[in-house]
Amino acid sequence: MRRTSPARHGFITALAWSIGLLIFFPILWTFLTSFKTENDAIASPPSFLFFNWTLENYAEVQSRSNYLKHVFNSVTVAFGSTLLAILVAVPAAWAMAFAPTRRTKDVLMWMLSTKMMPPVGALIPVYLLFRDWGLLDTLSGLVAVLMLINLPIVVWMLYTYFREIPVDILEAARMDGASLAKEIVYVLAPMAVPGIASTLLLNIILAWNEAFWTLNLTAANAAPLTAFIASYSSPEGLFWAKLSAASTLAIAPILLLGWFSQRQLVRGLTFGAVK
Amino acid sequence: MGSIVLQNVSKEFGGMNVIPGLDLAIADGDFVVFVGPSGCGKSTLLRMIAGLEDTSGGRILIDDADVTRVPPAQRQLSMVFQSYALYPHMSVYGNIAFPLKMAGRDKAAIDKKVRAAAATLNLTDYLERKPRQLSGGQRQRVAIGRAIVREPRAFLFDEPLSNLDAALRVNMRLEISELHQALKTTMIYVTHDQVEAMTMADKIVVLNKGNIEQVGSPLELYRSPANRFVAGFIGSPRMNFIDGPEAEKRGAATIGIRPEHLGLSASEGAWRGEVDLSEHLGSDTFLHINAPGIGALTARMAGEFSASRGAQVFLTPDETRIHRFDSHGEALP
Repeated sequence: MRRTSPARHGFITALAWSIGLLIFFPILWTFLTSFKTENDAIASPPSFLFFNWTLENYAEVQSRSNYLKHVFNSVTVAFGSTLLAILVAVPAAWAMAFAPTRRTKDVLMWMLSTKMMPPVGALIPVYLLFRDWGLLDTLSGLVAVLMLINLPIVVWMLYTYFREIPVDILEAARMDGASLAKEIVYVLAPMAVPGIASTLLLNIILAWNEAFWTLNLTAANAAPLTAFIASYSSPEGLFWAKLSAASTLAIAPILLLGWFSQRQLVRGLTFGAVK
Repeated sequence: MGSIVLQNVSKEFGGMNVIPGLDLAIADGDFVVFVGPSGCGKSTLLRMIAGLEDTSGGRILIDDADVTRVPPAQRQLSMVFQSYALYPHMSVYGNIAFPLKMAGRDKAAIDKKVRAAAATLNLTDYLERKPRQLSGGQRQRVAIGRAIVREPRAFLFDEPLSNLDAALRVNMRLEISELHQALKTTMIYVTHDQVEAMTMADKIVVLNKGNIEQVGSPLELYRSPANRFVAGFIGSPRMNFIDGPEAEKRGAATIGIRPEHLGLSASEGAWRGEVDLSEHLGSDTFLHINAPGIGALTARMAGEFSASRGAQVFLTPDETRIHRFDSHGEALP
């Protein structure tokens, strides 16, 4: 490997930090704004840290809407749709990774192609179906639609992770007398854990943040946090500070989840097994 | 016990007939080597015996029981893979214990067997390590340990030494041969290396394009190859093949003579030629000779033998060691 000079190293570090901060800035700004009064929030020039810190936006948001109910809805929808998707996708990805046919690649491409269509193209038929089936503004309807829209990504991710598991190792387990169930429990699952975990996490985040279907298919009962944020942008005008407080509350759980699970996602478990 | 019989076994891959249908009987306790160039179907055949590959036709019998449709887990065979295929998330101990755990043995019995296997394979100090912390040779030993603990009916080896360096390969070759002497269990060993085949096998099966060309002991194949393919494949350096008048004189389309069965002289002999190149191994010297009217020949001389490029030499074949082949490449009596 080529050694980099200290100056070059310093420059790259500074550049990386700048880009990182640039990307993070809107979130930071939202967080800071949530502690300002509505007047401070729209002040020009804006003050960065030296303003009257207040918690009144959080109190206001709490009293105006039922935050916990939206959290509950978001958790149900994000976890429910992801677990359901994993349940369907694991056997599918297994079959495609370990017993592929000539059509496997085509099936994968076709699944991915469904993600290329703008979702609004399917809104009216889906809306009408939901209306006729009584699924509008229900958690089960939302879980079903989010599971279906994320399924292609879940299958693709799992397929990619499974493909990295050398088939020799599964065959070795078979030769060692393992039944299919034992092969999955003792060999496949432990080796696929990092892959399944990161797929799980990514899809929880995707489902948590999904705004198009959740906004269009819910009203009051099943509204998750996305709808809760949207309710603060009203025709009477934007309340920046309250909107920021709502946003902060909405992204906080998922941010914490991502923060705590980042470690176990990066692990090269299969290294050293083959060759 | 571990006799294995293949009856008209065939394999098709998407319309391609990889193995057209072959019969083979392997007696209990035999060390059989499948050898052939890459793509000859030797690994496929081994995987069919293991049950990892379906058969398209025919029957496979292990100890007289038809196992053609029996899943690999129930065939009671052990396999050592070219890639070792160790379980990366388990320690060496866990890897060796795995087949016993699958067989539902109790902990004390497993422990005893794993430690005994580790002792035979010099792995006792490494039992707590993970596969990634081992060298290639140690990994191969773990794979062998995993295969021997469950006392299978037969061992299957799929090119187990190709990932090792040359010196280690010779060592492991000896270790596997010793293992066979000690266990007396049937072993089927796949390799493309005819030296491995010659040194280890009781019986060699030479495969070419999915067909068995010949089955026999190493020396049978060396002394009386059934056809040109086997004659050319077994033995190093390769046998010399000569067409034309020299062959016709002996009533054959082609004759073959091994490099070690050519006598060399500076003054007289049957065929005259010029030295093109000489390779010095110390123990042997290989001379590549261009003989007008005969073709390019390789001769093997014991010891050190100096011959400069362009030197005139005479070659005399040992007439009792000449192999005669008809126009289809089949050996003539």
